Amino acid sequence: MTGRGIVLLALCGVLLLAAPMIADRYVLSVLTTVLWFAYVGQAWNVMMGFSGLLSLGHALYVGLGAYVSAALFVHFGIGPWAGMWVAMLAATAAGCFIGFLGFRFGVRGVHFALLTIAFAEVARIGFDHLQWFGGSGGFFIPVAGDAGNDLLNLRGSPELFYYVILALVLVALALSRVLLHSRLGYQWLAVREEPEAAEAVGVDLFRARIAAVAVSSALTALGGVFQAFYFNNLFPEQVFSMGRSIEIILPAIVGGIGTLIGPILGAFILTPLGELLTFLIEATGFDLPGLKQLFYGVALVVIVVYRPDGVWPWLADRLGLVRRPGEDA
Amino acid sequence: MPFDYYLNIAASGLLTGLVYGLAALGLSVIFGVVRVVNFAHGEMMVAGMYGAVLLASLLGLDPILAAPVVAAVLFAFGWVLQRGLVNRFVERPEHMQFILLLGIATIILNAMLMLFGPDSRNVMVPYSFDTVEVGPLLLDAVRLRAGAGAIVVAAVLFAFFRFSRTGKAIRACADNPLGARVVGLNIDGLYALTFGIGAGVVGIAGALMTLLVDSRPQLAPEYTLLSFIIVIVGGLGSLPGALLGGMLIGFSEAMAGFLLDPSLKSLFSYGVLIVVLLLRPQGLLGKRS
Repeated sequence: MTGRGIVLLALCGVLLLAAPMIADRYVLSVLTTVLWFAYVGQAWNVMMGFSGLLSLGHALYVGLGAYVSAALFVHFGIGPWAGMWVAMLAATAAGCFIGFLGFRFGVRGVHFALLTIAFAEVARIGFDHLQWFGGSGGFFIPVAGDAGNDLLNLRGSPELFYYVILALVLVALALSRVLLHSRLGYQWLAVREEPEAAEAVGVDLFRARIAAVAVSSALTALGGVFQAFYFNNLFPEQVFSMGRSIEIILPAIVGGIGTLIGPILGAFILTPLGELLTFLIEATGFDLPGLKQLFYGVALVVIVVYRPDGVWPWLADRLGLVRRPGEDA
Repeated sequence: MPFDYYLNIAASGLLTGLVYGLAALGLSVIFGVVRVVNFAHGEMMVAGMYGAVLLASLLGLDPILAAPVVAAVLFAFGWVLQRGLVNRFVERPEHMQFILLLGIATIILNAMLMLFGPDSRNVMVPYSFDTVEVGPLLLDAVRLRAGAGAIVVAAVLFAFFRFSRTGKAIRACADNPLGARVVGLNIDGLYALTFGIGAGVVGIAGALMTLLVDSRPQLAPEYTLLSFIIVIVGGLGSLPGALLGGMLIGFSEAMAGFLLDPSLKSLFSYGVLIVVLLLRPQGLLGKRS
């Protein structure tokens, strides 16, 4: 990054830290949503952006994380800080199993994507019928009321949740950066660009890909834990839906697949855009079901046609935030 | 439970499966030639359904007679879509194609939601409640006609690809795009034609489907996924495989809905998919690449 980029990034960081003092409740809830999508987009990016594995079923890992941590809390009184490890383990196990199936049998590209959708759908229908997890009627975490902020059990005010998700985003960003410049990260990039060449120089494709799935699913599950304790209710139809999986991948795509800042920028574009559309539609009184989603579809097509690499690489280049290719990053 | 009962369920599942198979055939044709996965396939199918619903309510047209009209409209839509947008994505990475078609799917789906509302619409035909006795089987007249329609369209499609010059040219494109270009085939034109054919075929499948289920926009993503499962189960690039896969999925859905719980029926389809990917990743009739 150039000096200008670092200054701008630091400025954004300070603004985000100070946001709860300036923003009202509505803005804070929007920001929390933005950061949540930035976080899971970051997690998804590890698979698609770093290692070229298209997953369209990330709702599976969100859902597993959410349900496992919520069930441990409600049934056994195990708090989220302990439960999250089990949740991450469950999601990682599921991810590795899907990866094992796919990579073993040479299921690639679109077919691998389909396999991930299939498992998310199986989970959706399965959880609909699992009474221990509330079934289709939903699973609820009791709301504590005005018990004050309890960071240990993740119960409390919107500000608490805001800072938790902000911390998650920063951790994920730092982790992504470390990983990308590690031995494993370079293997991922090689596997993404030229699998055959990577294999020829001794990269174990299977292991590199499984590692990507494991990291991505574990991170995503953490997003699920947050979601469970933030919203206090879980419905299989929402949590595991294909629509949710698509929502998860959009920020990274819009912002720029494979970049570190892309998913965050993408989330900051998409969620406020959605809020703005809702506001405009309500203000004009021209309320038709589907109108907002229609605009989303148009936006998607426009972005992929005109900014196929995402907004961040273009923006960073225009504003001189990163060094041009060839200079050392 | 008498054996006849199972036989009936199986037969009706297989007939529904033929319509599924026809829809998947459209997907298979597009993917086999253009190498682009049509993630808006279910949306096009439901557009076909609404086309038939509209023609039935405005002109009192039977869905089977409405099918050619629907096919023509969707053919034109598919052709324009390929020419205008998809063609420039043919060489791009898969996830870009996916996002483009996802955007198009979202637009189609929500346009239908705005035009027709979220409630289901059905088509009434004079033979809605008729049954036909075939040996020990008692089949719904609507299901029989829908299945027969699917077979006829599939047969026409097979004949087109096997015997006509254009069909052969399209197959040449699928086998070797570079070679096809070298011998002077207009690849872009043939791609547009293929996308049009795929869209037209799924439009017919949609029109036939109105005989069996009520039209709702929400069906669209379900049908997209279903078509994918069928194509993979049947074997990529294999047209008979798509029909066979459709029948298998139709059969397993009917059995699951009958033996267990109707809400579990799609679980079975995914189960079939996972088993096929495990044991025979190239699909039932697919060739190992």
